[in-house]
Amino acid sequence: MAKGFMIIDGQRVAFDGEKNVLAVIRKAGIEMPTFCYHSDLSTYGACRMCLVEDERGKLDSSCSMEPRDGLNIKTNSMRLLKHRRTILELMLASHDCDCTVCPKSGRCRLQELAQQFGVRRVRFKDTRQRHEIDDSSDCVWRDPNKCILCGDCVRVCEEIQGMNILDFVGRGAQMTVAPAFERKLSETHCVGCGQCAAVCTTGAILVNNQIGKAWDAIHDPSKRVVVQIAPAVRVAVGEAFGIPAGENSLDKFVTALKLIGVDEVYDTIFGADFTTVSEAEEFKQRLANGGPFPMFTSCCPAWVKYLEYENPKYLKNISTCKSPMQMFAAILRDQYAEKDQADGRTTFHIAIMPCTAKKMEANRDEFKHDGRPDVDLVLTTREIIDMLRETGIKLGELELESPDLPFGMGSGASMIYGTSGGVAESVVRYCVPDKSKNALREIEFMGLRGDGCIKEATLELDGQEIRLAVVNGLGNARKLLRDIDEGKAFYHLIEVMTCQGGCVGGGGQPQSLRVTKQERRDGLARADHSAPFKRAERNPVVMQMLEEMGEEKAHRLLHVSYVKE
Amino acid sequence: MGKQDVLKRVEEIVDSYDCRREALIAIMQDIQNEYKYLSTEALELVADKLGVGVAKVYSVATFYENFSLEAKGKYIVKVCCGTACHVRKSQPIYDGLREYLGLSGKQKTSSDALFTLETVACLGACGLSPVMTINDEVHPKMTPESAIELLEKLRAKEEASHAEA
Amino acid sequence: MPKRKLTRERLDALRLEAKTLLAANTREVLICAGTGCIAGGSLNIYDAVKQLCEEKGLKTRVSLKQEDGGNALHFKKTGCHGFCEMGPLLQIEPDGILYTHVKVEDAAEIVERTIMKGEVIDRLLYTLDGKTYPKDSEIPFYKLQKRLVLENCGYTDAEDLTEYIARDGYVAFEKALFEMTDEGICKEILDSGLRGRGGAGFPTGRKWDSVRKQPKGKKYVVCNGDEGDPGAFMDRSIMEGNPHSIIEGMLIAALAAGSDEGYIYVRAEYPLAVDRLRTAIEKAEKLGLLGDNIMGTPFSFHLHINRGAGAFVCGEGSALTASIEGKRGMPRVKPPRTVEHGLWGQPTVLNNVETYANVPLIIRKGAGWFRSIGTEKSSGTKAFALTGNVVNTGLIEVPMGTTLREIIYDIGGGIKDGKKFKAVQIGGPAGGCLTEEHLDMPLDFDSLKSVGAIIGSGGLVVMDEDTCMVETARFFMSFTQNESCGKCVPCREGTKRMLEILTRIVNNEGTMDDLDLLESLSATISEAALCGLGQAACNPVISTLKYFRDEYLAHVVDKHCPHCNGRKVQLVIDPKLCRGCGKCRKNCPMEAISGEIRQPHTIDTEKCIKCGACWSNCPFGAIREE
Repeated sequence: MAKGFMIIDGQRVAFDGEKNVLAVIRKAGIEMPTFCYHSDLSTYGACRMCLVEDERGKLDSSCSMEPRDGLNIKTNSMRLLKHRRTILELMLASHDCDCTVCPKSGRCRLQELAQQFGVRRVRFKDTRQRHEIDDSSDCVWRDPNKCILCGDCVRVCEEIQGMNILDFVGRGAQMTVAPAFERKLSETHCVGCGQCAAVCTTGAILVNNQIGKAWDAIHDPSKRVVVQIAPAVRVAVGEAFGIPAGENSLDKFVTALKLIGVDEVYDTIFGADFTTVSEAEEFKQRLANGGPFPMFTSCCPAWVKYLEYENPKYLKNISTCKSPMQMFAAILRDQYAEKDQADGRTTFHIAIMPCTAKKMEANRDEFKHDGRPDVDLVLTTREIIDMLRETGIKLGELELESPDLPFGMGSGASMIYGTSGGVAESVVRYCVPDKSKNALREIEFMGLRGDGCIKEATLELDGQEIRLAVVNGLGNARKLLRDIDEGKAFYHLIEVMTCQGGCVGGGGQPQSLRVTKQERRDGLARADHSAPFKRAERNPVVMQMLEEMGEEKAHRLLHVSYVKE
Repeated sequence: MGKQDVLKRVEEIVDSYDCRREALIAIMQDIQNEYKYLSTEALELVADKLGVGVAKVYSVATFYENFSLEAKGKYIVKVCCGTACHVRKSQPIYDGLREYLGLSGKQKTSSDALFTLETVACLGACGLSPVMTINDEVHPKMTPESAIELLEKLRAKEEASHAEA
Repeated sequence: MPKRKLTRERLDALRLEAKTLLAANTREVLICAGTGCIAGGSLNIYDAVKQLCEEKGLKTRVSLKQEDGGNALHFKKTGCHGFCEMGPLLQIEPDGILYTHVKVEDAAEIVERTIMKGEVIDRLLYTLDGKTYPKDSEIPFYKLQKRLVLENCGYTDAEDLTEYIARDGYVAFEKALFEMTDEGICKEILDSGLRGRGGAGFPTGRKWDSVRKQPKGKKYVVCNGDEGDPGAFMDRSIMEGNPHSIIEGMLIAALAAGSDEGYIYVRAEYPLAVDRLRTAIEKAEKLGLLGDNIMGTPFSFHLHINRGAGAFVCGEGSALTASIEGKRGMPRVKPPRTVEHGLWGQPTVLNNVETYANVPLIIRKGAGWFRSIGTEKSSGTKAFALTGNVVNTGLIEVPMGTTLREIIYDIGGGIKDGKKFKAVQIGGPAGGCLTEEHLDMPLDFDSLKSVGAIIGSGGLVVMDEDTCMVETARFFMSFTQNESCGKCVPCREGTKRMLEILTRIVNNEGTMDDLDLLESLSATISEAALCGLGQAACNPVISTLKYFRDEYLAHVVDKHCPHCNGRKVQLVIDPKLCRGCGKCRKNCPMEAISGEIRQPHTIDTEKCIKCGACWSNCPFGAIREE
């Protein structure tokens, strides 16, 4: 990696391994504007906003420039400012500028930069082609009229998820981003991960917004609104209210939800403990029966969808355990049936998730009973942030309140479900007979959690060597499946999370870079450490309920098969 | 030809390139050569066989001018609108043919499915400008009148063979 | 014939044999089989003449190799002769008689009189200013050219490898393979001063040397035959007429750079070029000039052809390699450069057709010889496609530094129909226009650069006094806009807006603000666009604004362009609506409207300048555009 000094606007700046001049400029404290640059994706170089001028007066994009010793550049010359303004003006001229009513307003990069560069008028006539809005997906909402063709969504879909649902169509001024044959998303193999919405710089791809339904339910006196909150939400929801990423703001969040009129607030970690116990038992069973291996985790609905679309032969390998959200919901429906009958209200169950695909999961036929889904509504972190904003509640300033009991309690193991490797580790904690503190530390050091696309570990169980793998990003999962297909790899248990870093980087989370995801992950690790008990089987409510349930009922409530007959 | 036959042929074409991903453009050219356009089914099959996303295949197909995703007429008429031809008045030929074929808006193929009218950036036969091709046969030094005359002859020929049949 | 491994000795022996055959080969009928002449029906003429000869009992043959001896009449389908305006062309050797505008009906007479009796048919000869020219070498169009890369085009059978070998083909490759080091080849090319013929004129030797210096491993040699500039067909003629010169040039490049695989990317619109190249590659493979361990050396080289699919932008290096890889042809940001990170991420030599075609000549005749042609900083010759409003359109090759005046007036025969010269567009849509003041400027890389134009691939489109330069700029912008790949904002959005504004101006609806906007947008697109094509997209606008601002003003201020008349819509009065009030007649500045009071009026379209004064003032809405 190159090391040396550059001159940026007359200032000497050291560089050491930065991958491009843009990174060096940002390190020097100058916030270069970009649309198409995303540090996790390949360099595209199309928006031309990050242009810099060299000594000879030549302009080039800093995102594609290699840092070079002695390089002397200007970042804000007269010409550069003028070109940036013109580029912004050109973008605005082809963009549906209904900013005041746009859901992305206030978080839109185009709006932000147009303001920043003082673009006060657009000198071009509105000759835009009008495109139809695609609201067919449960998860995301596409408005091509807002697209500036930065291609971030195309690259995240292809490079990270390996899905290639969205791509460029046509060329030149007619170019758009769309699925093949300009189909609607619901007609494609889109798994609903929502990463396209997470990276979208404008309002062209948004989380499918269901705030209205939530308000309706909350204000309906005949409905008892019961909420569950996923682990990854608590370390991200505060970001919009000045709370640092990674800080666990669950207790304030509970207060806020109560303030806006939610009746009961529970925690998905309760469901996760059910999942850990059930999944670990299933795994032990498979070990005893000799397979089928690998056993895939089933918590991530986008992953399940992926196998259904792209590799159905592996559906039998998926754990039959429902996801924590669906387990929680099934138990809640079961437990609240009598209660509903007694007071004449219906329980309306809202799950607050870091995930767009959960909206699709909740809508699956497997999770509907008598035509009604177990989870009535899934709201993403971003939607709930918008709801809180609407109410004017300042999350940071609220009193603390714990989730309601009995479904508000969970183990430390369930907390780490929100990060890649967490599910696998929770299962291992359950399976390993040594229940000492030391054993917990050893398990942590196996390296299942943390950065890295494909992580592997082995452990010994009843004299048998167990091979584990943890993968995040569907692109990586695809590679792993190929290796398994070709006989190059064998594992007993594989945890797959669709999003980079796991649910902390979910498509429903506030926009996040790698560092933010890491802070959220660390936050969940702290929550685990400070939890009163670390293992799922230590959850007294869960264990008692499982005992009372009996095998048949447990199977009915907690298990599901995705294999098509 | 039935749909199944077409797909079988598409499969053969893809196989003839050993399902190499980089042969995508050549594969689509071969398919188009045989069927004059790229059908949805054909592209889906190509994507499947090459192991690439169907959006990728569609994306490449829509990038290049020569690929057509709609069925075309029996005769593909291309009027060159390169510089040399433009300078020597190729636009009136195109306009004249559009009018003759009764094409409006984005319509490129005549309603009797006999002719598809297109423009081409430059055929490289600038010395003969303005030029026009009918199914890749070059016709030099065209005028609107001579171009229409050519099409009329073809139409008469088609009608005659139709009448015989 | 049993396949024998080709050795240097065997190739030399083959060459000697071929040379003897060629020397003995005195009687030839050459029929131009370039795209232009084929379109004119030259292949039918070929068949007719050959058949008639055979009927008359004349011995014929179609390749050098054919055994039946030296006195048989050799029929050749040659590459483009260059004089496309006069096609179809037929030439009879050894007398060098050139017949122009030949028709199938002329075949009998040609056979009976010229071939059998040696008479010349005057009416088929080229005539200029009352003088007839029986031989091509005397025709001014040819006489003033210096044909090096095009030398074989028009004289040899493009599909005949033996003939290419007989004309010292693959001598340069042999020399490079057995007598030169990779470094030596790069140095020779660098010393020759050869600069890329495809556009910017980057020194070819330096490019090769950069690839040579890359770490050992897979490297590629790629030939850009995606000649997309409208008005250019030099590369097409070389690919069709002398395909082996490209293969030989690429072989030498591969030797120099340490590559074993190459691609030729040919424009989709050139099916004949694809056929000829494919045949040439097959023949070279069969002989052992392509393949593994060529002539018993460790050097191997495999060559593939890729057909373009209709995207001008693929002429840009990184877009071209993306297209070979089966992707959308969108340029990528640099660095890394193609020489480091080209096709499939490997170091790649990328040159255009004409550049490669020059290489065998340089290696065979030496850098010094090449330097003696052309100017100091632009050595060698350049092929141009001469088109537009010029008498002799066609393909020409002249030493670098030849003036525009020589090309247009001496070779091109001046402006068509005796009109006045106005401008010439050089370098295609990415180039600029040159005007009267540049007529005596030498055409070379640096002189052109100094006036903001480029040689580009070498299209020369001549425009006469009747041409509207604003409309010309609009035409080029519509081309570029249509061909923009859409990746970067300045080019995608900017050219769209430029075209909107230019269209407005051409339609006399522009304002002075529009001119400012054009200039401001041009600056942003030129400086901020991602690739070379985008950066050059506004050159036609910039140069016409510079040299023909008055024509823009005519459209914007006067709302009347003297050149655009006739192309524009007509204003007519609907006799059913007109009440004959006479208001339009009074308002017409040209006195183009006549009519009796209370009777429908009419507009004299000859006089009308479409200013619209009548139309905007008609109280009955009776005046409309047609």
